[in-house]
Amino acid sequence: MSQATATAEHMPAESQARPPAGIVGPWAWLRTNLFGSWWSTAVTLVLGYIIIRVVFSLFEWGVVHAIWSVPYGPTGTPDTAVCQNAIGIGACWAVLTDKYRLILFGRYPYDEQWRPAIVVLLFIGLFTVSGVRRFWRKELALIWAVTLTAVGVLMWGGVFGLPLVAEDSWGGLPITLILATFGLAFAFPLAVLVALGRRSTRLPAVKLLCVLYVEIIRGVPLISVLFMASVMFPLFMPAGVNIDKLLRAQIAFILFAGAYLAEVVRGGLQALPQGQGEAADALGLSYWKKTWLIILPQALRLVIPPLVNTFIGFFKDTSLVLIIGLFDLLTMGKVALSDPPWQSFSTEVYIGLAAVYIAFCFAMSKYSRGLERDLNRSRAR
Amino acid sequence: MHVAPILRAIGIKNRETCRTMSEATADPRLVAARAAPKRRMRLSWSDPVFRSVVWQIVIVGVVIAIGWYFVRNTTANLAARHIATGFGFIDRVAGIPIGESLLPYDPAVSTYGRALLIGVLNTLQVAVIGVVLATILGTLIGIGRLSKNWLLSRLAAFYVETLRDIPLLLQLLFWYTMLQGLPPPRQAWHLGNVAFLTNRGMRLPELDWQPAHTWALLAFIVGLAGTLIWNRRAGKRQEATGVRPTVWPVAVALLIALPVIVWAVLGAPFQVELPVLRGFNFQGGGTLSPEYFALMLGLVIYTASYIAEIVRSGIQAIPQGQWEAAGALGLNAGQVLRQVVLPQAMRVIIPPMTSQYLNLTKNSSLAVAIGFQDIVSIANTALNQTGQAIEGIAIIMAVYLTISLSISTFMNWYNAHIALVER
Amino acid sequence: MSQTTRNGGEAGVISGPPAIVLDKVNKWYGTMHVLRDVSLTVTEKERVVVCGPSGSGKSTMIRCINRLETHQEGRIVVDGTELTDDLRALDTIRREVGMVFQSFNLFPHLTILENCTLAPIWVRKMPKAEAEEVAMSYLRRVKIPEQAKKYPGQLSGGQQQRVAIARALCMKPKIMLFDEPTSALDPEMIKEVLDTMIGLADDGMTMVCVTHEMGFARQVAHRVVFMDRGEIVESGPPGELFENPRTDRLKLFLSQILRGH
Repeated sequence: MSQATATAEHMPAESQARPPAGIVGPWAWLRTNLFGSWWSTAVTLVLGYIIIRVVFSLFEWGVVHAIWSVPYGPTGTPDTAVCQNAIGIGACWAVLTDKYRLILFGRYPYDEQWRPAIVVLLFIGLFTVSGVRRFWRKELALIWAVTLTAVGVLMWGGVFGLPLVAEDSWGGLPITLILATFGLAFAFPLAVLVALGRRSTRLPAVKLLCVLYVEIIRGVPLISVLFMASVMFPLFMPAGVNIDKLLRAQIAFILFAGAYLAEVVRGGLQALPQGQGEAADALGLSYWKKTWLIILPQALRLVIPPLVNTFIGFFKDTSLVLIIGLFDLLTMGKVALSDPPWQSFSTEVYIGLAAVYIAFCFAMSKYSRGLERDLNRSRAR
Repeated sequence: MHVAPILRAIGIKNRETCRTMSEATADPRLVAARAAPKRRMRLSWSDPVFRSVVWQIVIVGVVIAIGWYFVRNTTANLAARHIATGFGFIDRVAGIPIGESLLPYDPAVSTYGRALLIGVLNTLQVAVIGVVLATILGTLIGIGRLSKNWLLSRLAAFYVETLRDIPLLLQLLFWYTMLQGLPPPRQAWHLGNVAFLTNRGMRLPELDWQPAHTWALLAFIVGLAGTLIWNRRAGKRQEATGVRPTVWPVAVALLIALPVIVWAVLGAPFQVELPVLRGFNFQGGGTLSPEYFALMLGLVIYTASYIAEIVRSGIQAIPQGQWEAAGALGLNAGQVLRQVVLPQAMRVIIPPMTSQYLNLTKNSSLAVAIGFQDIVSIANTALNQTGQAIEGIAIIMAVYLTISLSISTFMNWYNAHIALVER
Repeated sequence: MSQTTRNGGEAGVISGPPAIVLDKVNKWYGTMHVLRDVSLTVTEKERVVVCGPSGSGKSTMIRCINRLETHQEGRIVVDGTELTDDLRALDTIRREVGMVFQSFNLFPHLTILENCTLAPIWVRKMPKAEAEEVAMSYLRRVKIPEQAKKYPGQLSGGQQQRVAIARALCMKPKIMLFDEPTSALDPEMIKEVLDTMIGLADDGMTMVCVTHEMGFARQVAHRVVFMDRGEIVESGPPGELFENPRTDRLKLFLSQILRGH
């Protein structure tokens, strides 16, 4: 910047370097972003009015007139008369304070509910660790295996002095997280194999099998796969063999997730420059060595953002087990609502459930978008 | 999306014929001279062809073995439970009460086959109307997100962010209970005492359909065709003279005036049956059941949040330079959009949009949770009544596979079509 | 102002009615002052080359002339019409002013011919046959009539830029603006585009061209305007300006340019 001093005489006067009023500052911001034209002004006024009205009435309903707790009768049944009177005026959050343990952990023995609570934390920890790019190595699979084993031990018990709890009494958020996470963990290897099979040129019969699997599963609704798991699986097994309902749903999820993930992985394989495979061939690597050492590590890195998006989808889709009568988070919400005193407070319960789903999904989608931006930037560089 | 890979998988022969054909057009003499030497497979593990054949036999064999194991168990199980397989139940009387039906149906005499057909029609009806409404709402929100108005764009973003993160089933249950929480018919919310919103659904005035209305409808269709022809003529005239004749007055005349005139000439019958409160419910008029209403509301609101993102990213995919170049040539905003931006954006938008349409169709199966009788719900009832689990699920899957394949085939064709016209 | 002008002040080298007048134009991006009291008059049939280091505001200035950017203070008059918020004035001006961009900005979904006929058909209301005839004549002029049925993606960068020039010419503009037309091109393609522009200059088109091609400036420009940090520092005939730069800023810029070549 040597010319700065040399050409000082050409610098315009200080007053002109500053933009005149109305180009920057809060007023200018308002003018460009809210009142840019008569049309924009009209939109701002109408929307502003509606938003203020809605926010105010929601605030009044959800906070000002809300009821947070109700008295309990001598037999322990809640007396919801206060809430009944306030219907339409104030929210009855008391239903959540009364039922949150049931909704979150289902019919898991009350005194043992610290176990599913830890399981939930374990899952959150697992997601967080998986999100850190430093941990994107093959060792991550080990972390997953250990965590999922720990989840199993905690939920079932029967060892380390933990009382045994059978699957039929599991419920709530752990079921939602288990279905989604175990589904991903087992569907993923399946998906990689199917994606490779679908891309193989040497094995047309295998390719056909993979195509049929992926396209059939993706062509039908998840609910039909779940129905298949709940009514057809028992027929598939030899007489006397009984698979637990949760496990059946889990298998359905794995099959379902496998097809969708296979397409995501295939996208990553396709995005990889052809030169990578050719370079590996030139080095004399065998097919499996080439795939394991060169292709997959790169392709899987590429697909992490869409993978997270697919996982968000599964996480929401687990709610469908309500239809086949499994006790996930949503089903537990409905169970809580079947308690006569609380029957008319479904809005509050649904809002509570929505908040849990939004918390998980929003965090994940925010993460995946940030990641996508990062990856794009590093690729552009 | 679905057909192409399958064709490709079985299309080795196809590709080969393609190759020879192109070579043939290049120089027919060379084909004979240059026919690749036939390689013979050696029975050795180091031979790649041999290896791939062995691999395929092993993998396909394992799959067949598992399938055979399941089939054997299933036949044994069915025999033990004395369930006959087959689709014979389709001709039996169903006895399933069906609330909403596009075809005449009587539970006492109609068969399972008819009940299932009604289920398919209900699914299709929900899918078609849902797709149209979700596209409209989603496009509006997607454009809203791109608005220069900060409030509008933030509101659209908020809509997308929250509604995408709530499971559709939860939304459906929420809307359903909300609709059930509406006042009973006696205290119904009403619009000028002709349309009523109650906990038993929406009651609307229904037009007493006369032949004149059919003629007016036909006149409208003729008018639509006429408008399209006129539009094409306008294009031709513009090509010839440079001046594009105005289309809208003709369109108004053909689409509105013509049907009205036809209707008026035929005596202008207009008799509307209004819903009237009798006892505890309304009589007369058309009904939208709370189940249908909730399903539609949930599907449209949820899918629109995805469509909004597709529309937004499709428009944003068009580089700023395209807008600038078109503007610098003197095209006005409408022309820039119509001639330059939309044709390019459509190509980005159509593939993901197709998969959203498919998703909406598949998601309509959640109707079973709130009691709207779509194909899944009716097949499920049939399955429970007859015990024909395999057949019931096979029917559900076949219906959805057919719908999915048809939509994706059509969209692939459409995509190829616009790609052909514009590239 | 601080501007150093030669050959009789702001009016151009050749005399005639003004085609473009910029009068004390100021523009800010947020708090960044990108155009500072820029005043420039381009007379009809004059050819002006604008140069300066990157970020000096030269592209912003040229984009203000057909209002791809809006200025916040001062006056811009093009072909007798002042640029305001009035959309009708904008339409008139954009018809008369053609523009060529650094990144070509051809419409990828239209053939070369359709790229050229789009605006004449929709803006000039020309019959299609006539528009195609005009387009073909200009495509012949830029020496690529045989590519008319192809799509932009099938052409090289230099060919694309020549199509872009033809596309702008099809509107028969009175003024042509060039915004670094050769900066995105490989060296071997720069010449074909410059040759096209020289041909255009020979026909007496009013041109404002942002470029770093000093040879082109010497050969074609009546006047070179040097901009730095949002203001016009020096202007004058190319020979004089390049041989006797008066300000240190221009000296520095020229030395950098020459070192680069």
